[in-house]
Amino acid sequence: MLDVSIEIISIISFILGAFFILTGSIGLIRLPDVFSRIHAAGMIDTAGASFIILGMILQSGFSLITAKLVFIGIFIFFTSPITGHVTANLARKKGVIPVGKTKGKTL
Amino acid sequence: MFLAVLIALGISFLLILVRLIIGKTTFDRILAANSIGTIIVLAISVHGFYMGRPEFIDISIVYALINFIGTVAVLKLFDKGTLGDK
Repeated sequence: MLDVSIEIISIISFILGAFFILTGSIGLIRLPDVFSRIHAAGMIDTAGASFIILGMILQSGFSLITAKLVFIGIFIFFTSPITGHVTANLARKKGVIPVGKTKGKTL
Repeated sequence: MFLAVLIALGISFLLILVRLIIGKTTFDRILAANSIGTIIVLAISVHGFYMGRPEFIDISIVYALINFIGTVAVLKLFDKGTLGDK
């Protein structure tokens, strides 16, 4: 009974992760400028990666593999906002204008 | 089940590759390369489970570290024109 329920939770987690990753990659194509594409990339890095790693943790049971998967999850979860922040900061500094702002108007 | 996740990761990789090719500014391309790195980290782990040998996770850890350091280093090089000392 417990094995079956863990399997079902793992499959649901994989489905959610695949959904978030596909949604994020479609958004990375369709959104209009850099600052909104960072939102889509952040969704791939946090929601999609976290759900897929949670599914693999539930599959692997309690072993050393689980600890390594937790390390990967924590690392991706903390470095993705840093990358997004640095990219947005540098794009703003190099003069990329967000959609909807006229040229010359300061933010 | 693992095969379905691998197929979803492959489709997502191709969609991000479109943005990497047509991206207008440099920041679009850097963002797409970072996302492709995350997709590959997940794909290595899921492929290890699919083949029945989860020891590939070590390669996946190293890939995640190098992906972050590489992205920040490319952004710093694009900003200052040098890496560290002048």
